[in-house]
Amino acid sequence: MADNVVTMRSIVKRFPGVLANDHVDFEARAGEIHALLGENGAGKTTLMNILYGIYQPDEGEIIIRGSPVTIPSPREAIKLGIGMVHQHFRLVETHTVAENIVLGLPGNFFNPARAARSKIREFSERYNLTVDPDARIWQLSAGEQQRVEVIKALYRGADILILDEPTSMLTPGEAEELFAVLRRMASEGKTIIFITHKLDEVMSISDRVTVLRQGRVEATLETAHTSKRELARLMVGREVLFRVERKDMPPGEEVLRIEDLHVLNDKGLPAVKGVSLSVARGEIVGIAGVAGNGQRELVEALVGLRRAEGGRVSVNGREITNQPPKVVIEHGVCYVPGERLTGLVPEMSVAENLILKGYRHQRFCRGPFLDARAIYEHADALIEQYCIMTPSRDTPLKLLSGGNIQRVVLARETCESPDVLIAAHPTSGLDVGAIEYIWQLLLAERERGMAILLVSEDLEEVLALSDRIAVMFEGEFMGVVPAHEVDLEEIGLMMAGAHRRPLDSSSPERGTPPVREVSA
Amino acid sequence: MRRIVSIEVEKRLAPPRWLQILAPVLSLLLALSAIGIIFLLVGVDPFFAYSEIFQGAFGSVYGLSETVVKSIPLMLCGVGLTLAFRARFWNIGAEGQLLIGATCATALALAYPEWPKAVLLSAMFLVGFVGGALWGLIPAILKARWRVDETITSLMMVYIASNLVKYLVYGPWKGPEERGFPYTSKFSPSAQLPRLAWTRIHYPTLLLALALAVVVYVLIRYTKWGYQIRVTGENPAAARYAGMSYLKTVILVMILSGGLAGVAGVGEVAGIHYRLRYPEGISPGYGFTAIIVAWLARLNPLGAVVTSLLLGGLLVGGDAIQVSLGLPSATVYVFNGAILLFVLAGDLIARYRIRLKSMELKEVS
Amino acid sequence: MREFLLTVFSLSTLQGAVRAGTPLLLGTLGEVYAERSGVLNLGVEGMMIMGSVTAFGVAYTTGNIWLAILLAALAGGLLALIHAFTSITLRVNQVVSGLAITMLGLGVSGILGKRYIGQPPGVRLGAINIPVLSDLPIIGPLFFRYDPMVYISILLVVVLWFVLYRTRWGLSLRSVGESPATADALGVNVVRVRYLAVFFGGMMAGVGGAYLSVVYAPAWIEGMTAGAGWIVIALTIFAMWDPVRALLGAYLFGGVRVLQYRLQDLGVSPPLLNMLPFIFTILVLWMSAGEAMRKHIGAPAALMQPYVREERG
Repeated sequence: MADNVVTMRSIVKRFPGVLANDHVDFEARAGEIHALLGENGAGKTTLMNILYGIYQPDEGEIIIRGSPVTIPSPREAIKLGIGMVHQHFRLVETHTVAENIVLGLPGNFFNPARAARSKIREFSERYNLTVDPDARIWQLSAGEQQRVEVIKALYRGADILILDEPTSMLTPGEAEELFAVLRRMASEGKTIIFITHKLDEVMSISDRVTVLRQGRVEATLETAHTSKRELARLMVGREVLFRVERKDMPPGEEVLRIEDLHVLNDKGLPAVKGVSLSVARGEIVGIAGVAGNGQRELVEALVGLRRAEGGRVSVNGREITNQPPKVVIEHGVCYVPGERLTGLVPEMSVAENLILKGYRHQRFCRGPFLDARAIYEHADALIEQYCIMTPSRDTPLKLLSGGNIQRVVLARETCESPDVLIAAHPTSGLDVGAIEYIWQLLLAERERGMAILLVSEDLEEVLALSDRIAVMFEGEFMGVVPAHEVDLEEIGLMMAGAHRRPLDSSSPERGTPPVREVSA
Repeated sequence: MRRIVSIEVEKRLAPPRWLQILAPVLSLLLALSAIGIIFLLVGVDPFFAYSEIFQGAFGSVYGLSETVVKSIPLMLCGVGLTLAFRARFWNIGAEGQLLIGATCATALALAYPEWPKAVLLSAMFLVGFVGGALWGLIPAILKARWRVDETITSLMMVYIASNLVKYLVYGPWKGPEERGFPYTSKFSPSAQLPRLAWTRIHYPTLLLALALAVVVYVLIRYTKWGYQIRVTGENPAAARYAGMSYLKTVILVMILSGGLAGVAGVGEVAGIHYRLRYPEGISPGYGFTAIIVAWLARLNPLGAVVTSLLLGGLLVGGDAIQVSLGLPSATVYVFNGAILLFVLAGDLIARYRIRLKSMELKEVS
Repeated sequence: MREFLLTVFSLSTLQGAVRAGTPLLLGTLGEVYAERSGVLNLGVEGMMIMGSVTAFGVAYTTGNIWLAILLAALAGGLLALIHAFTSITLRVNQVVSGLAITMLGLGVSGILGKRYIGQPPGVRLGAINIPVLSDLPIIGPLFFRYDPMVYISILLVVVLWFVLYRTRWGLSLRSVGESPATADALGVNVVRVRYLAVFFGGMMAGVGGAYLSVVYAPAWIEGMTAGAGWIVIALTIFAMWDPVRALLGAYLFGGVRVLQYRLQDLGVSPPLLNMLPFIFTILVLWMSAGEAMRKHIGAPAALMQPYVREERG
């Protein structure tokens, strides 16, 4: 116990509808690199945000170097010697490196940045964190910006350094350099807490690893005494909520075809790197993966909300690459967005939300006018058919529960029996009843012959519903496999980038969509 | 122990209906009280001032008729602004669009004075509409195409328009027989709108304004374009998702919003002044006051008909106390400013919950 | 052409440009600080004219010019605090709030100033001749024969530039306007910085207005700012949020104001020249709309964005 620098005991943190941390115990020692492993939503970042004073725990206590503390804000955390490098850098882009490092610190009133330069150079040299103090942040690469963040923490006297998914923006080379820096710091007695979902990183850099799943600690292990396979199992778990009946059906003809698709993210960096896939009539293809590996960019490119830089998308043989959303909709592609707000107008009524896509159609219009009766009849029919619990069709959508709001979206998207349904995280944040309903609905649509592309972080969901599963990691598919041939553990390994299946061994040409998979 | 007290603003899920109606009324009363205090400070009895304003604006046939006269441009601009603000397009340049409308109509009136009355006046309304629309389209396209913030650009366009009018009336368009006044020559009779007997009410513009208010109301409420505008305003991401083009929506909105302001400008030159004058002579800030008209009407075009009468009355009443209480003409700006501020704050109170939050911090040792 | 150049660069024009530009400069310096903190203040016109009327009234009654300028600053600052409250605390639309403040200022100044119309100024701030230097040929009249406010405003340019780029305060200010979340996380009090910046902006606008009524005119005329506040808004963007460029811009547009009547004789229309700051403003905004360009120009990224601390759920 004595050498525990950080002790968090029985930490509970609730957000509306979510138990993010459920009596979490966590310890980290001086001089160790401690990995915090888990899927997205497992509660890793929440736990560390509590340690860094961004959130207050609902229950539990924090002990730093033997004394119990409350950490009401990052400022207090910094005073305790805790530093955090967020996944999205907290830097003022137009300022210089030195200005960013001294921002908010007492010290020289005049020329605070210049006065700090020698100390910055000192840290740079000591830890091999090369960066020009006078460069402006926006001129720096992601790796360099991260170095600024690390120096910023060190400059503030951090000897407990938290890094949240530090390699997500880095090239492999940059990641290696970072690891060397972290090892150096640990050898000097600093405590490094390393949040990740990548098993390779855990194995290569950490001394110990704590695995979180659904807000609970699964285990804390010495890295040397564990294996990727064990970690993968701990990380994804094997809890099954309920079983759904899934009819065996031969897949029909190909409907959605994606060929060698390349897409950039908001920062202009490659997010989808040459992905190919096909979805047939009556088939659900699941895309598993930790969020942030290019799923969002892929889906947005498919529905016309984001430009594809290369490759082709076609529906029923007609190309829809880079067509505006309106054209994509007209080709029978429906979309349940991952960010629920994207597909809804909360201030408007249930009936009005149900015609968000169909408002141009003949059936809802009389000339330029909206046909109120047709819209109401449509709303009444869907409210009944999809069991939407709402006081009335005129109720503003924002007053409905999450599950019912999602039913509204699904009702709108599936009622026209489109050819293709793209559903991103359709059940995230919903309760068990709502999840079951949506699963049944998706399976029913499959039986009706729809081609469904299901993007989900929830492995249970992907396994329960899909005919085939593609695992996405850093913008590529780690493999496309028939669902009945894989288990949770293998998918867990693929999600963590630790295992790759040949895309299609029958065809050597990479990028051809697999027609039939051969298991490795 | 430290204690932090802060004001927290959080969104209400569903503002109660009574609050939505009560908030602007209450804001108005609070604004009037605040102005009353200013009056007291300069030694004017506020109750007397208010009764004078009311008498001046609504207490006589002349006052009433002038109230209607002033409400015409306010109504046209205000109705247009309800549409723009519904799409969350912050057009604050109605004043400039009005001036350009007046300018375009004047160009036609001066160029073709011999055209028959009906033809010339219709054409003037048309070019005024087009001029205002084009002026409004500049910030719209800058916003939709390059994401340039529309508030400042539309405001800057006001001062460009105002200088353009100055240039014309001091320069090339200056009437030769105007003895150095910055006016154009008087319009020929066929470019002059008819007025209601004994008043300055140029009723064709008034009827046009009322009709357009109904048209805009129907457009927003009952058409697919209106639906598109409402969705774009409430949630631009959802609009894009549903395949609506932001560019097209904003262009439609600004053609109408700018065009209506342009029509207001035509009404002023063809119905009141019969000439183009220096900008402050054409409009004492109708385009800006119309922002209050739209806001007070809770962005309802039919409501804007009522609120434009209210603010038109305030303009007339302001003139009245100028005479009876010896207050300067700028007094009416106090009303505009205070009402706008309180309505803004009141709107916030209706939609948000505001509370004082205090938090105790334990010192970290 | 020769005649044109002679007029433009005549000594009296240049002197006039500095005098006419000084109130614009004072207002712009304040607005640069307010916008650098992320708050757009469209109430400048109202704050300037409140400064004008306050300064004239105080000078008229007390005969103390410096007290007049000080109280004018306070009047502008108080009006700015209303804007700070509505836009920072209540987070209402900054544009509409600023417009309301301008209307309020125009109206209240009209009521308060009624009694001063046509009155002689109680006291005026005249030019000071700096000994020896002011007697030098050309250089003397060009640089050393202004009233003290001209020198104070130039000094302020230097000081404000230094504070903005070379001190801890300036660093906090710029950070709050660029990335309030980052500044907040590092312990900068975003709300306090913004309040102070807006208050300071209002004070500067008040002083700018005071310059008009007790130095430049000197007299009280209703609505005497005549759109100077809007030129300040334009100049702030034209100067790309920089105090030194604000100086150049202010004198440039001061020059345009001075030249109005002389240029007219030469066939250049003053209203067309007066359009320029507004056209330039739109051009600068257009250019800085692109992300890469914005970083070079330095438009505050968080301008007009109310800051709400991020909370999950």
